[in-house]
Amino acid sequence: MLKLIKKLNVTGIIPGEESFTAKEEELGRKRVSFHGRIFRSMVKAKTPLIAAVIILVVILMAAFAPFFAPNEPNSVDIRNRILPPAFIEGGISEYPLGTDTMGRCVLSRLIYGARVSIVVGIAAVFVAGILGTVLGIIAGYFGGIVDDIIMRLADIQLAFPFILLTISVLAVIQATRDVHQIDVNLIQRLLPLILTLGIAQWVVYARLARGEALSMREKEFVDAARALGDNHFSIMFRNILPNSIAPLIVIASFNVGSSIIAESSLSFLGLGVPPSIPTWGGMLAESRELLITGNLWLSTLPGLCIVFTVLSINIIGDWLRDFLDPRLRT
Amino acid sequence: MSTLLDINDLEVRFYTPEGVIRAVDGVSLNLERGETLGVVGESGCGKTVTARSVMRLIPTPPGKIVKGSIRFDNKDVLALNRQELLAFRGGDVSMIFQEPMTSLNPVFTIKDQLTEGILLHQDISFEEAVKQAAHLLDLTGIPSARERLNSFPHQLSGGMRQRVMIAMAISCNPKMLIADEPTTALDVTIQAQILEIMRNLKSEFNMGIMLITHDLGVVAEMADRVVVMYAGRVVEIRKIRDLYADAQHPYTEGLLNSIPGSTEERKRLHVIKGNVPNLLDLPTGCTFRDRCEHATEKCAVEKPELVEVKPGAWVACFNYKDSRTKDQNKIQLTSEGEVSIDNRVSKEDRKPLVKVENLVKEFKVSGNFLGGKSKIVHAVDGVSFSINQGEVFSLVGESGCGKTTTGRLMVGLEEPTGGNVEIAGQHFYGASNKVQRRLRKEAQIIFQDPYSSLNPRMKVETIIGEGLRIHGDHMGRKEKEERIVEVVRSVGLEPYHLPRYPHEFSGGQRQRIGIARALILNPQFIVCDEPVSALDVSIQAQILNLMKDLQEEYNLTYLFIAHDLLVVKHLSDRVGVLYLGKMVELADKNELYGNPVHPYTQALLSASPKPDPGAKSDRIVLTGDIPSPINPPSGCYFRTRCNRATKKCTEEAPKLMEISPGHYASCHYI
Repeated sequence: MLKLIKKLNVTGIIPGEESFTAKEEELGRKRVSFHGRIFRSMVKAKTPLIAAVIILVVILMAAFAPFFAPNEPNSVDIRNRILPPAFIEGGISEYPLGTDTMGRCVLSRLIYGARVSIVVGIAAVFVAGILGTVLGIIAGYFGGIVDDIIMRLADIQLAFPFILLTISVLAVIQATRDVHQIDVNLIQRLLPLILTLGIAQWVVYARLARGEALSMREKEFVDAARALGDNHFSIMFRNILPNSIAPLIVIASFNVGSSIIAESSLSFLGLGVPPSIPTWGGMLAESRELLITGNLWLSTLPGLCIVFTVLSINIIGDWLRDFLDPRLRT
Repeated sequence: MSTLLDINDLEVRFYTPEGVIRAVDGVSLNLERGETLGVVGESGCGKTVTARSVMRLIPTPPGKIVKGSIRFDNKDVLALNRQELLAFRGGDVSMIFQEPMTSLNPVFTIKDQLTEGILLHQDISFEEAVKQAAHLLDLTGIPSARERLNSFPHQLSGGMRQRVMIAMAISCNPKMLIADEPTTALDVTIQAQILEIMRNLKSEFNMGIMLITHDLGVVAEMADRVVVMYAGRVVEIRKIRDLYADAQHPYTEGLLNSIPGSTEERKRLHVIKGNVPNLLDLPTGCTFRDRCEHATEKCAVEKPELVEVKPGAWVACFNYKDSRTKDQNKIQLTSEGEVSIDNRVSKEDRKPLVKVENLVKEFKVSGNFLGGKSKIVHAVDGVSFSINQGEVFSLVGESGCGKTTTGRLMVGLEEPTGGNVEIAGQHFYGASNKVQRRLRKEAQIIFQDPYSSLNPRMKVETIIGEGLRIHGDHMGRKEKEERIVEVVRSVGLEPYHLPRYPHEFSGGQRQRIGIARALILNPQFIVCDEPVSALDVSIQAQILNLMKDLQEEYNLTYLFIAHDLLVVKHLSDRVGVLYLGKMVELADKNELYGNPVHPYTQALLSASPKPDPGAKSDRIVLTGDIPSPINPPSGCYFRTRCNRATKKCTEEAPKLMEISPGHYASCHYI
């Protein structure tokens, strides 16, 4: 648009060229690229930048795990079981963060564990968020019988305990694979986990999105779009969705943490990933008994990883909510 | 008379993260016993903050009274301690608020809320307090007051709630009443009732009333003296008659001239250019100088003080009216608002563009999926009219009369229960999708609320371009962009506004964006649903002028929906009056305003406040509220409030009949 205006100015179609550019400068509106705007906004708010760095480090470590990990995550060293981290008395430098009950390197397991935890946590939230938001907006926008059907489905799902639902679905898939002796790789193994976790959590998003859509539907700008002859799809996703997104982003960023934990409980029950693949939630579950004997670091370390990752995602979520709101832009 | 309230050089500031807001900047005024002082000005000029300072109701922080004194009845209000303050509020001064829907607590009965104040301030038993409460409700004209005491707020109408608020306010015989826009949220007939009550109470209790309003008609009717405020400062204090006859400050002049109807035959309204300045960043010197036609260099440097320029006239301006030469005044009159040449087709040649035939719209309320008792609201109940090409047809009536629903039905935002709308010879409802799509291009709508009518997440260019995205498949990108620039200019905005978001604009500018969005597809017909009722008077004049200009330029046809009868008179060619979903009178503008025949139209016209203190005509004050459209009265819907109603009206509904060429009315007794 701006390009066009400038071009028109050159050809003299629009008079008052100076006043236009002068006004632009006076307002200090410099055209910044999208990436540039993201970076500036983060730097200005400071904490999102720190959070982004943490997330980036975690993702890089996960992606290049063999490069960062000092040991094989599954190699068992039976002589060095339950060693404390190297900086505590009794620790040895070979295992910087100590070893677990089977003498496996905790640091290496944390680095490899980030892979499954991050992928499952974020992907499950995406599945739940997209499914729930779309259904919720459809329910809120159309109302009537469509709303009734979608929201009754949500009620039915809420009546099931979340863990029961996931267990039954995953158990069926697992059993089928076992019976037919289908060999699966990690991705194939994670996919049903992600989908069931996603499906189990869509209700929260659907209810929230429905409420937002209900109130947005009454706004006059939606009427204006209808008066212009806009179709339902475009009203829902051009007009209503962008105005409903803020609370959804906040909920989604909180849900990443609960998905990481949920994955661990399912793995603990043997329905998630096999015990040979390290995950943060799994490490947390394994170290539980050792809490009584005073070996705190074994639970604390994976716990800290989850806390920092989730906190960072929350901060990014908060920032994203503000960033997407043009009213808060300066 | 003795001085009751004396405010001297009051300064109130709000310390916000964005900066310091000088909400009230050196205000001095006084109020006598038994006097009504009108405080007028546009939004954001410090009226409410001044009033709240008197009650010490400024939220601190962020607000702070930094300077000045407030003396009330020889008490220093700013020095009162906590205990004294509690006795002062309610006992000496009390307040009525604008929004009757939210100023009563929904979980307590009227009795609870009324007696609470009485028991706090007077040493009497609960039974006596109840008795007193009933008496107060009687005073405010609530029928069967005793039974009403046990009602909850939601069981009362807006007018009733405002009466309860007044009863609460006067429960402890205050010496002064602050009324902050007490009738803004009410319909004109109800407003007339409330104003009547306030007048009676004032003379009965010899109270001083501080009436804050933006409505120059209400002030003209109620006030003895008027304080005009602008950007936190008092710019003029006058006796009511003097103000309307001989305003001295350029802002007051502009304000009075921008009221529709004040300038009889001029086609365009006088406007005050620009907007109220941002209080965070006030101009130096006189705050009004950017919008003033008489500003000189002196105004930029020095703040004008409020001085008595002639007996009884306090004005804060270096170049007030009497100090200016005749030439300067003449410039002001010709600079704006010349009679534009009416180049439209003469009335006889006009063809009907839009026809509405027996339109019915019913809404179902309650009832759940297990059945339940559902009720039917008759929002529009058999309305017919037609609008000629290039004509402005107005629908007036109070809230709940179906005027907005009619407008929405005409642009396809609601599905009618019966009847049809014909646009340019094509029936809208029942037509194929293709035809409906084409008709939507011809019929557009402008909304009331400039804040909710624009998508806050879209840039202005996207908002305006939406119509082209939907209908402009045949247009290239460049063509579309050129069209957007063209439309933006035609509504008085500039292309550099396009990459911005709606929140960066003022109410008036937002309304312009809304108009641009409606215009982009070159429609023939536009429904204007209260397009100026959310705007300040000076901005309202700008938008009305714009609408008039656009109409002449593009030969547009308007359906204008409004409750403000002065605005309607200014803009329309013909007017239809709706009551409970039925058309009760329809006539040419001059005929309707000059010779209204239906008792409802007569009452409506007489209830509407006129910005002229001299014109105190015989007012017809309607009793009671508008009946519920769920359960309308039998026969004539208006009979419950009509002074001519007879038995025939109960039994038989009158039909809309032509009583003289082009003048229709539905009443048995015309």
